[in-house]
Amino acid sequence: MRFMMIVKATQDSEAGVMPSQELVDAMMKYNEELMKAGVLLAAEGLHSSAGAIRISYPEAGGKPKIIDGPFTETKELIAGFTLIEVKSREEAIEWAKRMPDPHGFGEGVIELRQVIEPPELTQDPESQAMHVLVRDLGQQKI
Amino acid sequence: MREASSAHRTIDAIWRIESAKIIAALARMVRDIGVAEDLAHDALVIALEKWPETGIPDNPGAWLMATAKRRALDLLRRNQTLGRKYEELGRVTNDWHEEEFGAGLDGEVADDLLRLIFTTCHPVLSAEARVALTLRLLGGLTTEEIAHAYLVPEPTVAQRIVRAKKTLSAARVPFEVPEGAELKPRLASVLEVLYLMFNEGYSATGGDHWIRPVLCMEALRLGRILAEIAPQESEVHGLVALMEIQASRLATRVTPTGEPILLMDQNRGLWDQLLIRRGLAALRRAEEVGGMLGPYALQASITACHARARTPEETDWVRIAALYEALAMVAPSPVVELNRAVSLSMAFGPAVGLEIVDAISAEPSLKAYHLLPSVRGDLLAKLGRTAEACEEFKRAASLTGNAQEKTLLLKRAADCSSAPEADLPRP
Repeated sequence: MRFMMIVKATQDSEAGVMPSQELVDAMMKYNEELMKAGVLLAAEGLHSSAGAIRISYPEAGGKPKIIDGPFTETKELIAGFTLIEVKSREEAIEWAKRMPDPHGFGEGVIELRQVIEPPELTQDPESQAMHVLVRDLGQQKI
Repeated sequence: MREASSAHRTIDAIWRIESAKIIAALARMVRDIGVAEDLAHDALVIALEKWPETGIPDNPGAWLMATAKRRALDLLRRNQTLGRKYEELGRVTNDWHEEEFGAGLDGEVADDLLRLIFTTCHPVLSAEARVALTLRLLGGLTTEEIAHAYLVPEPTVAQRIVRAKKTLSAARVPFEVPEGAELKPRLASVLEVLYLMFNEGYSATGGDHWIRPVLCMEALRLGRILAEIAPQESEVHGLVALMEIQASRLATRVTPTGEPILLMDQNRGLWDQLLIRRGLAALRRAEEVGGMLGPYALQASITACHARARTPEETDWVRIAALYEALAMVAPSPVVELNRAVSLSMAFGPAVGLEIVDAISAEPSLKAYHLLPSVRGDLLAKLGRTAEACEEFKRAASLTGNAQEKTLLLKRAADCSSAPEADLPRP
């Protein structure tokens, strides 16, 4: 199963402050470890929300509304993500725990979310149920 | 109770991450992978007893490694004082020093893992034994999981693993990375094991299910590990590229009810673009190593042609046919010829393909190969020779062991017999 490890934004990441060399090195070492364990699928860092664009639909069925960043609700924003392929939820947690504290200063938050995958690829009942839901929603659209 | 089982699941996860490294390091000490696995298991059992009460240590991997190494050291010392009861173990005691107790350097861990995979994939073992032992020692899968993946009884797998370890001990297979002229054939054996594992998952040869994702994912994971610890080997990247791209289609290979969907009929929008991108990157790495592309890199190049085509019509069949020709030169086989025939028929028409298929149809090694009549049937159908096509599909259906594939082939046979014979001159 796939998990996305989402690193939440902080005031520093939003202000465009570069992480310390120490943290950069630790992150690189961590990514290498994921790679050597054969579990890393992708890892990306994101620019701050200053250059972000938000598209919203304030009215159902209405036109999209486009808003330029920066956005203020820092804790809801994300600064980067890492996708891993693991065998269990516990393995994902174990890897996430080994990620270096992304920000220090008591602000670091990592969120783990399971990726929805087709039922053929998973034996996990929860994601199978989710797949049926997503598929049905997709059919309704058509 | 609930907390204990949650702790056990966490320990399972830690075991999956750490076990291969621990077993590999111990095997270097005791020079026997069976003994190494037992020692590593002892450490796991201690952890399972202690951790639910004391909590999981900050660095559980180092804890397991240190505990296991301490036990290994005890064993080595005991054997020495017991008058070298185990001659094999005593022999190496002097080569090993206590300062190695600390966490190994990254390079050392990689070397140990490499030694381990070369040992579990040693050619003295049967293909089945190599796969089972590799899944167990490098994949960290339990005997039960392996048995489940291969649809065989658990005792069969357990026996297979025990026998494999005995064979390695009896043959005194050294725990090392082969060098010189020995390296290529031994590496080929490792890659073969991973690809067998992947293929068994990708196109299950028996049972009701067309794919078994566990085996694909495990083969892919081991391939990715191998690519990091043996980056100078072009074919390692070639195999990884091949598996990544093939795995990108896993979700589109079967209908919700489990019937297979052929490559040309798959919904390309559902192909996993992330895996395709990873596959193409691995293929570039294979090419960057330099030298002539080996069989895996060539097969990956062929798969990449399909991955790049946004619609079936965009497929570069001429290039694919050329790649099959190159493949036929480095790894000639009737199966490659069969595929070359298919690609040529796509590039230049079914008659061209049929000519090659007919040329290899007497090949004894293809006698029981269901894809030969399946392909021949397909070409005949395209040429409008439906009655002959029908016979071929029926023959193919009788040869395959996969229930889903049999259904598909019988359906094609039925379609043919209901379709009118085309008004084409018979050769």
